[in-house]
Amino acid sequence: MAEGSGSKLLVSKIREGTVIDHIPAGRALVVLRLLNPPGDARVAIVMNAESRKLGRKDIVKVEGVILSPEQTAAVALVAPKATINIIRDYVVVEKRKASPPTVVEGILRCTNPTCITRKPGEPVKPRFKLVKEEPVTLQCTYCGTIITQEEVVNQLYG
Amino acid sequence: MGWLGRDVISVLDFSREDLEALFSEADRARRGELAGALEGYIVALAFFEPSTRTRMSFESAAKRLGAETIGFTSEEATSVAKGESLHDTVKMLDSYADAIVIRHRFEGAATYAAEVAEHPVINGGDGRSRHPTQAFLDLYTVRDLFGSPEGLVYTILGDLRYARTAASLMEALTIYRPRKLYLVSPQLLRPRREHLDLLERSGVPFEVLGDVEEVIGETDVLYVVRVQKERFPDPQEYERVKGSYRVTPELLEKAKPTLKVLHPLPRVDEIDPRVDSTPHAAYFHQASLGVPLRMALLKLILKG
Ligand SMILES: [Zn+2]
Repeated sequence: MAEGSGSKLLVSKIREGTVIDHIPAGRALVVLRLLNPPGDARVAIVMNAESRKLGRKDIVKVEGVILSPEQTAAVALVAPKATINIIRDYVVVEKRKASPPTVVEGILRCTNPTCITRKPGEPVKPRFKLVKEEPVTLQCTYCGTIITQEEVVNQLYG
Repeated sequence: MGWLGRDVISVLDFSREDLEALFSEADRARRGELAGALEGYIVALAFFEPSTRTRMSFESAAKRLGAETIGFTSEEATSVAKGESLHDTVKMLDSYADAIVIRHRFEGAATYAAEVAEHPVINGGDGRSRHPTQAFLDLYTVRDLFGSPEGLVYTILGDLRYARTAASLMEALTIYRPRKLYLVSPQLLRPRREHLDLLERSGVPFEVLGDVEEVIGETDVLYVVRVQKERFPDPQEYERVKGSYRVTPELLEKAKPTLKVLHPLPRVDEIDPRVDSTPHAAYFHQASLGVPLRMALLKLILKG
């Protein structure tokens, strides 16, 4: 799981939940927001831990939340290199590599104010296709506007 | 893949073979071979945004093919739609007509209409985004003038940020192999990122610059677009760039004798009227090909 000094903060084992490792430093809170854990869930966040892969990284551990495939995809939009460990009965039962979804529907909004998806009263959901994984770059299916990694993080955190 | 039943949203949905088939069909239309080909068909013209040329050329094309047209102009659109969603208006038109031509102020409106409608949807211009039938017409005109759109030096001059005709032509040129593409505009009107990305990916050799004089001597096709006043978020920005470029006979003295000037029209002041009488002026010829090109398009989509 976690490497370096940060891991000490995470030693208390969880019975059931999710540990997300290799989050780019500074994005732990965005990831947590995507997981949207219940108010009483136990949550541990490590920020700026040392990482061989990323230099600095964040780690998020949430008890009682098992990531859905949709959440896994959403996490990949802000942390494309994340590893997701699903814990059941104190053991890692599944290790997932984050992988950005090829189509993103509903989570983000188009930045173009005259995109049809921004027209008031129109029953249309924003939809984007992934044009680049690293850094994540999306393109609006309707108007073609490019959404950068930075914009994705801003929107998911905002 | 053929044209029958297809939506026409972006030029990028079409291959070279598709375009060649369209152009041969347009040649047939000019020879009068398509008269009456769509008798009994109904084409809906849904123009939510003002347009005279595109709407009238589609209307004329449909009528020359023997089809009926229904629909509305932008002035009528508000009362037709009465605040209803685009979704609902398209559903209605879909039940009345065999094909829908749509022009709308919002980018992506045609893509969305095509998702909603069962019948083919033709994008007659959506916001600043795309105008595929104009791009087909532009390529067809170049083919008519030079034999093929291949291997030429293109200079697109003007509002490359907001003009969908310029955007669609950039997209269309990626389907061919231009020798070079120069994108000339005032700083404020440089092409949008998605278009520069597309050109980079496509391998079309291109250059972005500010002064048309530098490249006029090399250019085969000079494509001029007006400043899109209606799409400026800030009217002060418009004031700063209006009238900042102009094609004159003096500029064209430095050009190859074979250079042709194209323009999607209407023009404001970006082409001096004195250019009209020079052998370079090809924009009225270009406009005259609009009807046969759109006849070919409607015919291929509705009957193959
Ligand atoms: Zn959009």
